[in-house]
Amino acid sequence: MKTEPVISVSALDLYYGEFQALKQVPMEVKGRHITALIGPSGCGKSTLLRALNRMNDLIAGVRVSGSILLEGRDIYAPGTDVCLLRKRVGMVFQRPNPFPLSIYDNVAFGLRVAGMRDGNAVEEIVERSLKAAWLWDQLKDKLGQSALELPLDQQQRLCVARLLAVEPEVILMDEPCSALDPIATARIEELMLDLKAKYTIVIVTHNMQQAARISDYSGYMLLGEMIEFGATAGIFTSPKDKRTQDYVSGRYG
Amino acid sequence: MRIPPKYTQILAVTILGAATVFTVAVLVFIIVFVLSKGLPGINWEFLFSAPKDMGRAGGIFPTLVGTVLLPLMAIAIALPLGVGTAVYLTEYTRETRLTQVLRFGTDCLAGIPSILFGLFGFIFFVVMLKMGWCLLSGGLTLAIMVLPTIIRTSEEAIRAVPNSYREVSFSLGATRWETVLKVVLPNALPGIVTGVMLGIGRSIGETAAVIFTAGSALRMPASAFDSVRTMSVHFYILAREGISNEKAYATAAVLIISVLAVNLAAYGMMHRFIAKRSR
Repeated sequence: MKTEPVISVSALDLYYGEFQALKQVPMEVKGRHITALIGPSGCGKSTLLRALNRMNDLIAGVRVSGSILLEGRDIYAPGTDVCLLRKRVGMVFQRPNPFPLSIYDNVAFGLRVAGMRDGNAVEEIVERSLKAAWLWDQLKDKLGQSALELPLDQQQRLCVARLLAVEPEVILMDEPCSALDPIATARIEELMLDLKAKYTIVIVTHNMQQAARISDYSGYMLLGEMIEFGATAGIFTSPKDKRTQDYVSGRYG
Repeated sequence: MRIPPKYTQILAVTILGAATVFTVAVLVFIIVFVLSKGLPGINWEFLFSAPKDMGRAGGIFPTLVGTVLLPLMAIAIALPLGVGTAVYLTEYTRETRLTQVLRFGTDCLAGIPSILFGLFGFIFFVVMLKMGWCLLSGGLTLAIMVLPTIIRTSEEAIRAVPNSYREVSFSLGATRWETVLKVVLPNALPGIVTGVMLGIGRSIGETAAVIFTAGSALRMPASAFDSVRTMSVHFYILAREGISNEKAYATAAVLIISVLAVNLAAYGMMHRFIAKRSR
């Protein structure tokens, strides 16, 4: 198994206009592991996540300095193909956000954008992606149905399937369970543990138990700084920083 | 002095109700009046035969054709320009002084009386470009006239597409253009169709700008460079020159029915479209 980091962030500063959202943040994301970012609201964890596939570019007035290396290459280097980057580093959002299309067309979306015209190939990948997101058995007979009619947790897994169809290497998840009930959350968590065998996952979560249950590495962020980063077990059982200890023991946040 | 709430309530209901009844009554009166005078004169022969003796006898077929062709030509020109402008203003630029000026200009254009568009079309297309009175001159002029409507309704429709759709599309590696084509425009379509229908409605009813640019020939047009007469213009000339009141009312009745049909079709299309997408 690869142990060298897939993504290596160093001294990352990010500004929204005058406001500095990230301060000299370091992070190492190891391949085929789950890395969790925890911290109170507004600490910059979602901002950091969105820096990893340059989704922040879409916001006016964002400036970035420092470096983010994806397999050794700086993703902010001039001439980077941002579309290709986003295919390699995909994202699952906080609220399930399927397109108002059929289940099938949702999963096929990325393939069609990529210009795949061969119907059989598309069909094959749609089936494989739905299977990987554990939806095939429930949905195989109603692929033409609108995705908006599905229950929320199936919608969220459909979003995962839609992402898997474009064959990313890294999956970023921005509080993927915050709109879901505990049972649905458990299902998404199991799915993530399953996907870990093939993909590298970075998840932002408000839920410390969730981070403790599923992640291999955790980073605790506060006010734009990475306070502590390391193996999850260490962060939760023997945090080195007082502030981390206060947070994971539930004193605030 | 303070009126007790009970009375203000009654007063409000009375006044607002009266306003509504008045508005609807005027509309119903106009439609019923025109239809009652015009319907007796409508039959297959009137609709599908050529006019005789300046329209004093015979039918209105060439003006029916003109009324279909002219708005279609206007929309064919205005739709790509208008939707393109709306996409540019919403998706490709950030809000700047320039976009504000453009938007203000568009709004001003929407408020200009149609006769000025007619005058511009006459001077520019008919005289300067030597195109003469023809379908194309009229179509171009009407296109400029309905552009603001199409731009603004398309812009609103595009803005109403949830940002999360764009985000997902980008996150799956789509470019901005692919996102516009596959996510933004399909979801903005009902709004864009509304704008198009408003534009068609305005073009069908337009008279001043059409006389100046498309002329008023009563022949069947053979090409885009032939002069045409629309039903509105025909109606105007029949009534203005006192040629035939009976034919004028019959033409007006056909015109009203056509506009109602266009609106009903638009309404039905939009409902089916929305129902299909949210199924």
